[in-house]
Amino acid sequence: MQSPLGDRLYRTITTVCAAAIPFVLVLLTAVVVRAAWPALALHAGDLAFGSTWDVPRERFGAVPAIVGTLLSSLIALAIATPLALGVAIFTVDIGPRRLHEPVAFLVNLLAAIPSVVYGLWGVFVLIPLLRNTIMPALLPLGAVMPLFRGPAYGPSLLAASLVLAIMILPYIASVSREVLRAVPPTQREAALALGATRWEVVRDAVLPAARSGLIGGIMLGLGRALGETLAVAMVIGNRHAIPDSLFDPAYTMASLLANEFAEASSDAHLSALMAVAALLLLITLLVNVLARWLVQRVATGLPGSRWT
Amino acid sequence: MTTRARQRKRRGQVMTVFTWIAAAVAVIPLVLILAQLLLNGLGQLTPTFFTQMPSPPGVRGGGVANAIMGSILLVAIAMSVAVPIGIGAGLYLAEHRRGRFAQVVRLLADVLSGLPSIVLGIFAWELIVRPSGHFSAWAGGIALGLLVLPLVARATEEMVRLVPVALTEAALALGFSRWRTALTVVLRTAMPGIVTAVLIAMSRAAGETAPLLFTAFGNPFWSVDPSRPIAALPLQIYSYAQSPYDEWRAQAWAGALVLLILVTIISVIGRAVVGARAKLLSAVTPRVGRVDE
Repeated sequence: MQSPLGDRLYRTITTVCAAAIPFVLVLLTAVVVRAAWPALALHAGDLAFGSTWDVPRERFGAVPAIVGTLLSSLIALAIATPLALGVAIFTVDIGPRRLHEPVAFLVNLLAAIPSVVYGLWGVFVLIPLLRNTIMPALLPLGAVMPLFRGPAYGPSLLAASLVLAIMILPYIASVSREVLRAVPPTQREAALALGATRWEVVRDAVLPAARSGLIGGIMLGLGRALGETLAVAMVIGNRHAIPDSLFDPAYTMASLLANEFAEASSDAHLSALMAVAALLLLITLLVNVLARWLVQRVATGLPGSRWT
Repeated sequence: MTTRARQRKRRGQVMTVFTWIAAAVAVIPLVLILAQLLLNGLGQLTPTFFTQMPSPPGVRGGGVANAIMGSILLVAIAMSVAVPIGIGAGLYLAEHRRGRFAQVVRLLADVLSGLPSIVLGIFAWELIVRPSGHFSAWAGGIALGLLVLPLVARATEEMVRLVPVALTEAALALGFSRWRTALTVVLRTAMPGIVTAVLIAMSRAAGETAPLLFTAFGNPFWSVDPSRPIAALPLQIYSYAQSPYDEWRAQAWAGALVLLILVTIISVIGRAVVGARAKLLSAVTPRVGRVDE
């Protein structure tokens, strides 16, 4: 009844399928880096330190795009993280039990909305709101805080950060939720037995045990924000300059690629864009590997992750 | 109650209120976005919107029939590449749970699914568009397929792990070979869950735009030729949203509403299938738990 041939075939096929995943990643990295090579060889200094992006003169300074990417992502992270952790704690430990699933479901729905729909909403709802109401209200603060200096057009670093914050919130919340739920119940019971209040259980027993997983979840959100393209391209204003204020238009690496890649005609321009893509790829690879490693550590309960 | 105890209690209350606020604030954008979509899009949803071709700027009417067709074709290409390989990889991961190679593949699958989709588009461009000399639905479909592959693989693994070990052992004890057990018993039991995951992955692929910008590229005409540039609903929304014409902007909202309805329908079907899976599993075994090791 045994059929060793069939078994061998089955094993070979599934192994090949599994191997396809590392293969794709290696090929992807190799292809992008190779295509970027001419620019890296010719313009590496400009790419890394220059801030002028002038295609006809072959000046490819990527600093504004790099800075814009990092700034928009970090501001989005600063907005989304407390909210996402709040949601996760609410839907695992604190909120009424019958609200746990519905709230988690609604927040997850945010992740199902396509990026371009966020962009559309950003362009026609968020930006007018910023320009007409929120920015004018904050402008007086600009006298003391340079962060809020005008002029207030609407498309800006602030608009991009807000859209990004909404977009990454569900990712951070759902990973955090998973991690919090992986904390063994005995951990909570022990704290309760010692007379902790419900919040103290969370603060002293749950959060420390989940810490590295939570950091992983936040980094996963960061990875998403760094690579998010269209929604950002539609609201950030696409200006090749380092923003001085939250109200300034800016640029990100991903939106630069979205705007210029299809129209790049000269080899130098194309290769410079490839170099930007390679840099984006390497940054997100690093962030993702680290994030997944941290999350898996908690999920599989390795020693050192459970007690601190 | 001592002052200290009162203080601790108050602190707990403050934090509880904070988590309530966080939950409320997180749900607000969802409500706002859905409301705007319905408000601006619903009025545009006429039969012609689904059946007509795009109209020139400034002309009323017209539709996105070619974009809907293009999206269907692109997603079909993506799924036919990604689903078989993804399921195969998922089976491997589930069977070699603790293997070193499996752990690497699992990590890399997660990493791949977190990469910016625009980078996948650039990869497909360099791999297919540049050598062939023109944009094509093939390139767009492959880029989307790479996005879907890790999602299907990881979901298949999770679903296969839910299949009770007793079931596998029973099949093997009856003299089934390993491959027949895997395909006819394990995979079939896990199938509803896998179908759900595939549908969710599909809805994600259907909504992606960035990798299509320079692979599928878009096309204002009717085309079903996969070796040519092709229209896609998200691409259409993107270009309409950035146009200066009111008619096109209105159509962008309608397109977004259609896209969201499609995505929702797909995931509702997915949820229905999940329910079916729970029933199926409870019919197979009296007690279904997560069986590890």
